[in-house]
Amino acid sequence: MGGNVIVTKDIHKVYKLGDTEVHALRGVSIDIKEGEFVSIMGASGSGKSTFMNIIGCLDKPTSGNYYLDGSKVSEMEKDALADIRNRKIGFVFQSFNLLARTTAAENVELPLIYNGTPSRTRVRLAYDALSRVGLGGREKHYPSQLSGGQQQRVAIARAIVNDPSIILADEPTGNLDTAVSSEIMEIFRSLNDQGKTIIIITHEHDIAENAERTIVFKDGSVTEEKSKDGRGVRAARTVET
Amino acid sequence: MNFLAALRVSSRAIRSNKIRSILTTLGIIIGVAAVISLVSLTQGANRMIEEQLTSLGGKSLFISPGKRGVGVQENAINLTAADADAIRKLDVVEYVSPMIDAPEQVVWGNRNWFTVVVGTSPDFVFINDWYPDAGVFFNNEDVSKTENVCVLGRTVVSNLFGYRDPVGLTVRIGKDSFRVIGVMGALGQTSGGRDQDDVALIPYTTFQKRILGTDTLESISVSVGSPEDIPAAESRIKFVLRERHKLDKNEEDNFYIKSQLGVIDRIFAISNIMTVLLGSIASISLVVGGIGIMNIMLVSVGERTKEIGIRMAVGAKGKDIMMQFLIEAVLLSLTGGVIGIAAGVLGSKIGSSFTGWKSVISPESILVSFCFAALIGIFFGIYPARKASKLDPIEALRYE
Repeated sequence: MGGNVIVTKDIHKVYKLGDTEVHALRGVSIDIKEGEFVSIMGASGSGKSTFMNIIGCLDKPTSGNYYLDGSKVSEMEKDALADIRNRKIGFVFQSFNLLARTTAAENVELPLIYNGTPSRTRVRLAYDALSRVGLGGREKHYPSQLSGGQQQRVAIARAIVNDPSIILADEPTGNLDTAVSSEIMEIFRSLNDQGKTIIIITHEHDIAENAERTIVFKDGSVTEEKSKDGRGVRAARTVET
Repeated sequence: MNFLAALRVSSRAIRSNKIRSILTTLGIIIGVAAVISLVSLTQGANRMIEEQLTSLGGKSLFISPGKRGVGVQENAINLTAADADAIRKLDVVEYVSPMIDAPEQVVWGNRNWFTVVVGTSPDFVFINDWYPDAGVFFNNEDVSKTENVCVLGRTVVSNLFGYRDPVGLTVRIGKDSFRVIGVMGALGQTSGGRDQDDVALIPYTTFQKRILGTDTLESISVSVGSPEDIPAAESRIKFVLRERHKLDKNEEDNFYIKSQLGVIDRIFAISNIMTVLLGSIASISLVVGGIGIMNIMLVSVGERTKEIGIRMAVGAKGKDIMMQFLIEAVLLSLTGGVIGIAAGVLGSKIGSSFTGWKSVISPESILVSFCFAALIGIFFGIYPARKASKLDPIEALRYE
């Protein structure tokens, strides 16, 4: 396995809500290796979504540094961040976030539209990605004609179509039943086997157990990191009083 | 994001909301149609005014002796038939008629009528667009042979002959007998109240010899092919006459050329003002249509916040989103523009069939309204498109 694909150093995020300041993240330093399968857990308000937005290049930290694939993302401009999102990150959301009046294949093509891939290549790559998630033959279906599990597969196909370094999944099974959830997790595992770095946010322990490592957030800090066998990798960095 | 892909995304968005898109473009359709039909109708009206002015002497020039602004100068009556012949040789000139007139008694039997006797040439009928109703006008041979023939105006005829046809009869003008060979069509009164039909026309040579015993003319009437030729004709006639009259460089003209050009220019200026005025009133509706587009685009951006968030998450830059919505706005306004042009052309045809005016649809007005529609799309599309492009991806993704 290669080096670290994600390195965060003492990331703080402060939101201003009127006069009060909300510390969403209070110094998070995490390294994620290339090809790792990591789950992130934590109660709502623990800062895990904020952390996800930052490593997904949707948001910038107030202070601290974030390196993705060796480049310092935390100081990049908006357009450069969009470019990073396009090339290096694949998103999978809880509510699938597919475009409704757009076919499965066209949904998968979406990231390719924004990096100038020629139309013919786009279609080929989209069909290819759909068959990799087991949706070959459904390319022309609209999201409304697909089941929840199938929609999430389309979303995964969209996430991998650009061959990104990492896949960020925010509660990808939150809207799915158990059987379908395990199918989706199977896809993530096989993508991981193919060498993709996968980071999944979840609050379900059995989902988190798919990961090699689980990072637990509480009150804006990482309180716990454990490997798959349940052994603590690292002691809690901050102890709340 | 390449343009073609953006175009496809935008046109899909428009098609997926058909009723709304049609209603939105309706504003532009009405605006463009109003501009096209109003401008074409006013231009048609202009064309008609132009034609009427031409028949009122818009193509003619009037050369009188003497210095401009100075009253009658006895020694200044210096225009001759030779001057008229020299003017006739100019290419720009179409018709030339020497003019000389005097009040004179016309007598037939025991009746007499005091009228204006005008000596002229056959070109007179073409310059004034005024032709005989009965009989004929005298010809160039009558002029060169100084024949005693006359053509009478309607008023003279009715006062001397009543309902009798005078053609072929003989009248006395001054001391000489003249054979009546024609009767002019009725013209009626001028706006100043002068009866234009109260006239007797005879060859100018006969007039010079029999009536006044002179070899000069009182004026020369000239006409040209179209009103645009007037300025050129004026300067060339001036050149020829100055040469013929042997005037030095620093000497003033001893003749005076008058045309209706000033009046015509002013009338055209007024009708151009009308065109601009009506066009701008119609443009207001175009602007209103543009505001409609802006409104619907803002609604659309609001509705599609989530879509914008998804696009941004997968790598759309601000300018990609901006382009998508801008293209959508321009597409809406251009569709409206094209339909509006068709409706405007149709509307002006209908309008012209009702009013009897001509409808003049120039390619320029079509091009201008097409470009104007595109500009409106850009202008009113920019604000919503910018708003969309400035959305925060996290907020947009969270939007339900």
